[in-house]
Amino acid sequence: MAKRKAEGYLSGKEARRISRENRKITNELEKKRKRKKVPESEYLTKMHDPNNAVEFDNLHTYFFTDAGTVKSVDGVSYEVPIGKTVGVVGESGCGKSVTSLSLMQLLQRPQGQIVEGEIRLNLGDKAVDVAKMPYEAVQHLRGNFVSMIFQEPMTSLNPVFRIGDQINEVIELHDGEGKSREDMKKRTIELLEMVGIANSEGVYQMFPHELSGGMRQRVCIAMALACNPRVIIADEPTTALDVTIQAQVLDLLRSLKDKINSSIMFITHDLGVIAEMADYVVVMYAGRIVEKGTAEDIFYHPAHPYTIGLMASKPVVGRQVDKLYSIPGKVPNPVNMPDYCYFKDRCEMCVEKCGGEYPCEVSISPTHKVSCYRYYEIKNQEGGDVS
Amino acid sequence: MEAGNIVIILRFSDEGGGFSLRNYIIKRVIFSIFILFFVTLTIYTLIRCLPASYVETMAMQLASKPGAKPYEEWVAQLNASYGLDQPILIGYFHWLSDFAHGNFGDSWRFTVPVIQKFREVIGVSFVMGAISLVLELVIAIPLGVVAATKQYSKADYAISASALVGISLPTFFFATILKLIFSVKMGWFDTHGMVGRNFAQLDAMGKFLDQANHLVLPIATLTIVSVGSLMRYTRTNMLEVLNADYIRTARAKGLSEGKVIYHHAFRNTLIPLVTIVGGSLPGLFSGALITETLFSIPGIGFTSYQAMTAGDIPFTMFYLSFIAVLTLAGNLISDILYAVVDPRVRLS
Repeated sequence: MAKRKAEGYLSGKEARRISRENRKITNELEKKRKRKKVPESEYLTKMHDPNNAVEFDNLHTYFFTDAGTVKSVDGVSYEVPIGKTVGVVGESGCGKSVTSLSLMQLLQRPQGQIVEGEIRLNLGDKAVDVAKMPYEAVQHLRGNFVSMIFQEPMTSLNPVFRIGDQINEVIELHDGEGKSREDMKKRTIELLEMVGIANSEGVYQMFPHELSGGMRQRVCIAMALACNPRVIIADEPTTALDVTIQAQVLDLLRSLKDKINSSIMFITHDLGVIAEMADYVVVMYAGRIVEKGTAEDIFYHPAHPYTIGLMASKPVVGRQVDKLYSIPGKVPNPVNMPDYCYFKDRCEMCVEKCGGEYPCEVSISPTHKVSCYRYYEIKNQEGGDVS
Repeated sequence: MEAGNIVIILRFSDEGGGFSLRNYIIKRVIFSIFILFFVTLTIYTLIRCLPASYVETMAMQLASKPGAKPYEEWVAQLNASYGLDQPILIGYFHWLSDFAHGNFGDSWRFTVPVIQKFREVIGVSFVMGAISLVLELVIAIPLGVVAATKQYSKADYAISASALVGISLPTFFFATILKLIFSVKMGWFDTHGMVGRNFAQLDAMGKFLDQANHLVLPIATLTIVSVGSLMRYTRTNMLEVLNADYIRTARAKGLSEGKVIYHHAFRNTLIPLVTIVGGSLPGLFSGALITETLFSIPGIGFTSYQAMTAGDIPFTMFYLSFIAVLTLAGNLISDILYAVVDPRVRLS
């Protein structure tokens, strides 16, 4: 590292050394994941709170790139209670999606790896730790217990297969026992109607390119709902859609939320969407959680300077401003993060102590937690716990 | 599934204003005839301008006979009888009208009708082409898929490197190396020809085996030289598909890795592959000029090479027009196949 001439500059020798080391680490992790016939006991676990559908516990997901190790998710812990919606917000590249992809084990292999921590998933009669599961076992969770709605409806459906066949495939895979093709078709049509597709029989026969972006996203949502999963991850489901369609899809998701009994992890940049959808909110910054709490906590009493900045940069209907507020600076380079508050360099409320090591989590109310030095006094005064 | 696609395409096409697929083909064929006209005109002009003149060689031979007419008189007489005394353009239209009437003339070099010579030699070229195409597909596609699914692994590097070696080897060089190793050093095969020395004494089975033995090296050359590019093509397309969002969706459904790769990804990789392979099907009849010549295999390639060096205008014109027709047919087939395998493509 001493030879580093400029920020981001790597000599050939250094790059080779990094990629060699990466390969060593990822090969070992991959080997462990690829094992066949792993006894279930190895990844069985117990939920800390049986009312939770998912518990992320000190999750570390790293990407071993040729430019160095990127700590995309660096010690993230939060819970998704059964039947509730958790909104995850943050800038691009702060680890929101990577956290959810870790739950599905859909990370870009072999670079992306879960290196530490637990992801406890409640399967009803038992609980598993997804972080320890081999690929073979995770396959049975995907689509069945956990499903995902992706950001890009235009490219998320296979262009050469019919809509009906693509949805049938999920049903056949997880619920197919004893079902005839007719039964599956009936279920698929029912799903298509549930997500508000009027011409469900026609759409069943269509190819993805014959549908608009909003329609395709509805199909993706139908696919995600097909096997009544316990957790649905919606990874920016409205980002690629135009505003009117966004509103329709959000309405759909909100109405589905009441109909189905699944927990939803809603990932988005859009605070307005979160305010409408979420029961709990997690604010992430540079791979860590800076603040979490109920929607009320976050929206009415934002504590972390980053959350306050996000709120301030949101346009408000009826108020005229010349320039929308934006948080100064940009997200730091994810390779070689410093050991102090990652937001320090952009923070307008910096205090003297901020130069110290990364602040730990402070509870400012039973539901509301924040990682910021500015709240250490509260902790000291009230003797609040530090977790 | 595949058959279903074809049906839907035709049905959709029917809805879009009459028999649009048939119209499309008719339009393309008319277009191809225009192209063919200019291609043959160019070829004819070039051949007439070539220094290798059949007539001059012939006149030289005849004039050197004892008591014969002088060379100049022979040239004039032969030019008149072969129709070479006319200007190029007139000569071309003569050729064209004969060609359009299905009269391809007699080969000067082989002194038989062109079509008869063609029938004699096309068989072995087709067999060679077909076998090497099948081998190519069987080797290139699975290896390309493996290389893509295990990108940057040792297998991938090995496959990509050998593909590059195959692409870089010139046919004449590689064929010579093969001959040196397997014919000269090992003595397993003859260096050239279609049949062995004692072919006439063999029974039917023996004759077949003898011919097959003589085709091993030419087919190996053809396959190895062309397998690399198809392999790389498969790998590139497969990689592109594997990084697509819908593959992540397929994984998110809980499908097994095999199903993801061989059902969801491969079906998409097949689109460019089918069109490129379909387009090369007419090429099976075009022969392999260099390989056949190097191994003295009496196929269409070697025969037309002989005709060209002798300045045999009727046979050369026939062969080159034939190649042009095959190329145009190949393009048409690949466009039609595109619409068949890719539901997003409509011909219009």
